Amino acid sequence: MSSTGRRIALMSLAALGVLLLVPALGIAADAPKYPSMLHDDSSVPSDFSPGMAINTTWVVVAATLVIFMQGGFALLEIGFSRGKNVGTIVAKILTNFSIAALMWWACGFALAFGNGKYFGNSGGFFFSMPALADGVPGGGYAQSAFGAMSFSSATVSSKFLFQMSFCAVSLAIVWGTTLERIKFGAYVLYAVVFAGLIYPLGAHWVFGGGFLQVGDWLGLGIVGVQDFAGSTAVHLIGATGALAALLLLGPRRGKYGADGKPRAIPGHNMPLFGLGVIILLIGWIGFNAGSTLNAIDGRFPEVAAITMIAAAAGVLAALLVAKIKTGSIDIGMAGNGAIAALVGITAGSGYVALWAAPIIGAVAGVIVVLGVYAIDKKIDDPVGALSAHGLAGVWGTLACGIFTVPALAKYNAWGDPAGGLIYSGSFKQLIAQAFTVIVAFTFVFIMSFVTFWIIKKTYGLRVTAEEENAGLDISEHGMYGYPEQFIPAAELVGYGAVPALDRIGTGPVSDPEVTA
Amino acid sequence: MKMVVAYIRHEAFEPIREDLLGLGFPSLTISEVKGSGRQKGITEHYRGATVTNHLRPKIKIECVVEDSDQQTIVDTILRHARTGMVGDGKIFVIPVEQSYRIRTGESGDETLQAHPGEGSEPS
Repeated sequence: MSSTGRRIALMSLAALGVLLLVPALGIAADAPKYPSMLHDDSSVPSDFSPGMAINTTWVVVAATLVIFMQGGFALLEIGFSRGKNVGTIVAKILTNFSIAALMWWACGFALAFGNGKYFGNSGGFFFSMPALADGVPGGGYAQSAFGAMSFSSATVSSKFLFQMSFCAVSLAIVWGTTLERIKFGAYVLYAVVFAGLIYPLGAHWVFGGGFLQVGDWLGLGIVGVQDFAGSTAVHLIGATGALAALLLLGPRRGKYGADGKPRAIPGHNMPLFGLGVIILLIGWIGFNAGSTLNAIDGRFPEVAAITMIAAAAGVLAALLVAKIKTGSIDIGMAGNGAIAALVGITAGSGYVALWAAPIIGAVAGVIVVLGVYAIDKKIDDPVGALSAHGLAGVWGTLACGIFTVPALAKYNAWGDPAGGLIYSGSFKQLIAQAFTVIVAFTFVFIMSFVTFWIIKKTYGLRVTAEEENAGLDISEHGMYGYPEQFIPAAELVGYGAVPALDRIGTGPVSDPEVTA
Repeated sequence: MKMVVAYIRHEAFEPIREDLLGLGFPSLTISEVKGSGRQKGITEHYRGATVTNHLRPKIKIECVVEDSDQQTIVDTILRHARTGMVGDGKIFVIPVEQSYRIRTGESGDETLQAHPGEGSEPS
């Protein structure tokens, strides 16, 4: 590790130390007023009502599924990378998930889901909050402090966990464009800003009770946005961060020839990619159906069905377009089609009827393939994140403005109760959706570009050409993800090499066959 | 006839292949090899323990040409494979006694000629 690298590592450790210290001090000072969740006797949950218990159970199960999506992102990225850049993705996913979790605890949750027009300011930093504020015994902790989610009786701690997993998903999306060339420290630095500030603010505006969701901002008469599980709030925000990173990072070495034409850099493992897609597909049931935060009202199975139907249509549409455009049945595009359709249906999953799901999914499947072909001509996005999460996220958000069923708009109580374009004949909802896309993109792009620009100027964003040629596994982590492919067997113990000490029988553990 | 055998860095291969193709020498064979020279090995770390790797990966190019073309091949390789750092590799030129084209049974220098219209990249 270089000396700058060591300095950054030490700085991160110091920052982590401070982070862990602050709540301890805060709790000590505010103990009577804001008891933390788990240490104060009076706030230990007793019996849940059955309804609350069922809702909470579903939210925790859904959060588990969404957290499992990290495995999906890891395998998808590993499959689409070359074999010399795979171990780094494991380290990155675990690091980013951990940073997202801690930042969510420190300030993300409070900013994203507290009450407030532009940011949450009703407590919840380090998960300390007024206990039993709404008088619900046994875990109704301060439901009213998180108004956007108070329609569900699931406990605040389960919602905290669920939304934390969303923040981690959004962050994971950012790095899809940066594979095989970014410095590991850049992950750490940007993750702190993203999970602590950028995502919480964006998510607050779109589905945390902020000005975009409430609508009629500055008296403009724009209705509230409908984004059920985050086509914009999670996927477009992540993809926008990915675009900012990519523009400052540049393409992988050799991606574009001297003539400027893109060259394929095939990923090394399609089976792992495929498993990643399937894990994401399953995780998405938690992502969309879990966003009901509610099992009692029986909405969640329909949301799950809508999600899967859309994904199915997306796979077939993407394969068809790829076959027509290139003549081959593209394995990667099958997966990209699934992801894009899932992203596309994310906003509408709680607002549209089942018949609209295959349409939304199929359009997303077409968009992602054409998007990948177009984007690849100019900028190097190894996994197609800009298309699958960005373009499909925009489409999904707009699709709500077209397909939202009036009854569901009223039930969810956001946006125009007359429903989308085809029901109401009015562009009101569609305009609100488009406005949200523009606001979210602009905000996240500026914030992310500035953050990455500062990282680039101070710490550096990109590894050296030699390190990139050697691969990030060996240059950043000191070891290959697949050692047997890169280290000659003759030098690997157990494959060819016998340690020198063992040959003369004086090693720590002598090989009996050699010494005998 | 001479066989030019070169041990080079991976990244040097593609420009060499392109140049040789342009000069009319499409026929060559490469192998992924590992070897040691003056270039130092690298030490990898795995869960606190180390493994030192003395054998470095290289590309081995083999190319058989007429005596008169040997210098062209060598010059092309030298031009693209040299970075000036230890580990650029080596070139050996070896005499070849005879050659046969298996498809036709031809032997001698004509087996080294690319047929007109052949040897170009697949469309």
